[in-house]
Amino acid sequence: MTSAIAQRPGDPAATRVITRSLAEQARNVASMTRRNLVHISREPMQLSDVTIQPVLFTVLFIYIFGGAIPIPGGGSYKDFILAGLLALNLTTSTMGTAVGLATDLHEGIIDRFRVLPMWRPAVLVGRSLADLLTACLCALVVAVTGLAVGWRTSADPLAIIGGFALVLFFAYSLSWIAACVGINSKSPESAASFGFIVLFPLAFVSNAMVPTQHMPGWLQAIADWNPVSAVTAGARELWGNPNPSASISAWPMQHPIEASLAWSVLILAVAAPLASWYFRRRTTE
Amino acid sequence: MADTMIEADGLYKSYGETRALAGVSFSVAAGSVLGLLGPNGAGKTTAVRILTTLALPDAGQARVAGLDVLAHPAAVRRQIGVAAQDATLDGLLTGRQNLVLVGELSGMRTGQARTRATELLELFDLAGAADRVVKGYSGGMRRRLDLAASLLTRPPVLFLDEPTTGLDPVSRQGVWEVIRELIGSGVTVLLTTQYLDEADTLADRIVVVNHGRVIADGTPLELKERSRSAHVEVTLAGPGPEAAEVIAPLVGGRVTVSADGLRLAAAVDSAPGLATALVRALDQAGILADNIEVRQPSLDDVFFALTGAHIPGDDNGSGAPGMNTGQTDLAERESEGAQA
Repeated sequence: MTSAIAQRPGDPAATRVITRSLAEQARNVASMTRRNLVHISREPMQLSDVTIQPVLFTVLFIYIFGGAIPIPGGGSYKDFILAGLLALNLTTSTMGTAVGLATDLHEGIIDRFRVLPMWRPAVLVGRSLADLLTACLCALVVAVTGLAVGWRTSADPLAIIGGFALVLFFAYSLSWIAACVGINSKSPESAASFGFIVLFPLAFVSNAMVPTQHMPGWLQAIADWNPVSAVTAGARELWGNPNPSASISAWPMQHPIEASLAWSVLILAVAAPLASWYFRRRTTE
Repeated sequence: MADTMIEADGLYKSYGETRALAGVSFSVAAGSVLGLLGPNGAGKTTAVRILTTLALPDAGQARVAGLDVLAHPAAVRRQIGVAAQDATLDGLLTGRQNLVLVGELSGMRTGQARTRATELLELFDLAGAADRVVKGYSGGMRRRLDLAASLLTRPPVLFLDEPTTGLDPVSRQGVWEVIRELIGSGVTVLLTTQYLDEADTLADRIVVVNHGRVIADGTPLELKERSRSAHVEVTLAGPGPEAAEVIAPLVGGRVTVSADGLRLAAAVDSAPGLATALVRALDQAGILADNIEVRQPSLDDVFFALTGAHIPGDDNGSGAPGMNTGQTDLAERESEGAQA
C-alpha cells in the first residue's frame, strides 16, 4: 500500500503558472461528454424527448392537422411540416441541457469537479456536445419517421444535409441559453419548467406547424421574426419543400438561411460567455 | 516554514448572517496529520472548503504546499486530494468509471488513469463492485471510493472531511485502516472529525474549533493534560471499609465507593507518581488491591474543560467530571485497560 500511494514531491515553483494546452482542454471536454453519454445509456428514458416525442408529433401533426391546413402556394402538408417538426423537436429538446446542468450543480459531484485541476468550462462544453449528439439522434428519428409517412425531397444530398445542419446549429446555440437557465435554476424541476414556459411558445409561435398567413397581424409579425421561423423556412428552402413564408416581405423570411445563421451566431456569441460567467458565479462561494 | 504544508491564517467567513469562521489559524507540518475537531457547525468544513479552493474567505490567508490558495487556486488543485463530507461521486457511473473520470480530468492519460483506478479499487477492497453503478453502493463503499478518488494522482496534501461520519463501526474501522496506511506514506493530512477517538487515533496534532474559533491546539496528550483532571480507580481484593480514608489524602478529594465496597473512584487534579503513592499507602494499611487505574481524561473531558459543554452527540467520551458514582460506570471503564 505504501508504495502505491507514495508522495509525489510537490514542486510549487514549477506548477505556479498553469497553462493548459488546447489538447488538454479538448481531453477534458471529451471526458465530460463521454460521462454525459454514459448517463443517457443508464437512463434511456431521458432520450424519450428525442426518440418517442418526434415519432408521436410527426404522426399527430400529419394525420390530425394535415388535412385541415391548406398551404398557401400549394404543396402537401407532409412535405411542409417536416422541417417544422425538426425545428419543434430540436428546440424543445434543449430543455435537456437546462435540466442536466441544474442536476449537476444540485449534487455533490460539482464539488469534485471544482477541486480537480481541470479546465472548468469543460463541464458546460461537454454537456452541450453530449446534447448535440442526442439532437443528431433526434434529427435522424424525425427524418426516418418523415420518410415512413411520405415526406419527400428532391434536393441534392448536400442541400439536404445543409438543412439538417442549419436546424442543428440553431439548437446548439439555443442549448447555451438553456445552459444559462439551468445554471440559475434552484432545482432540476424548476429547470424543466423552462421548456414549457419558453421553448414550447417559441416553437409554436412560428411558421413551423402552420403558415403564418392565417395568424392575427401582431402575432404574425412576431412569428415572422421568430428565429424558429427563419430556421424552418431555411430548411424548407434547402430541401425544396413548400415554403409559404417566401411570399412574406419580412427580411428573415426573404433571407431565411442568412437570418437563421445570423440568429444562431448571435445567440451563441451572447449566451456562451454568459453561461460561463453564470457558471463561475454559481460555483463561487 | 518550508516544512509547513497547510497554513490557515486568520480566516473569516460568513454565509449571510451566519458566521462560519471568526479568525481561524492553524498550520500542518509536512508529513503529519492534523485533526480538526469540533461539533457540528463549528466551522470545520468551511475551513476545508477555503483550503481546497472551493470557498473564498472574507478575510485571512491560506497556503497549501507553499502556494497561496487565493492567488493560485489552479496550482493548489494540482497538489491536493479531497474527500468531501458528502461523497462527491457520480451515482450513474460505475466505481471504475468514476475513478477514470477523475484521473482524466486531473490530466492523466486514459490508460494511466485506468491502471491507477484498478490499483486503487483493489486496495480499497472495491474490486468486486468496480463495474457496478455507484448509486447502489453502501455508505462505506462510497466513502472508500471517494477516498480512492482523492488519492488518484498521489497528491502530497490530503483533505479528509469527516471521513467516517455516518458509517457503521465496521466500515469506520475499514476507513481508519486505510487512513493509517496513508499516514505512513509521507502525505500531509488534514482530517476533520466530530469523533474524539478518531482524532485521538489518527492525528499527530489536534486543533479544537467551536463557533468558528480555535479554542485549543496541541497533541492529544497535551490537550488531555490541559484539562488537568485524571480519574483514579482502585479495585480491592476484599472489602476494606477503611480504604477510602487511606486514599482520600492522596487524591485530595471525595472518594466514591461502589455498593459492594470493592471499588473506589476519585477525580484528581494531576497524577504524577500517584499510582506508586496509592500502592504504598494501601500496602502500609494492609489492604490488598487487585487493580489500580489512573486514567487520562478523554477528549470529551478536554472539550468540556474548554467550552463548559460536552461534545454534542458524543457517545465515546466517558470521563465527564463528577460521574464516578454507580457500579455501571466503574464496570464500563474497567474495560478501557489499566494504565497504572
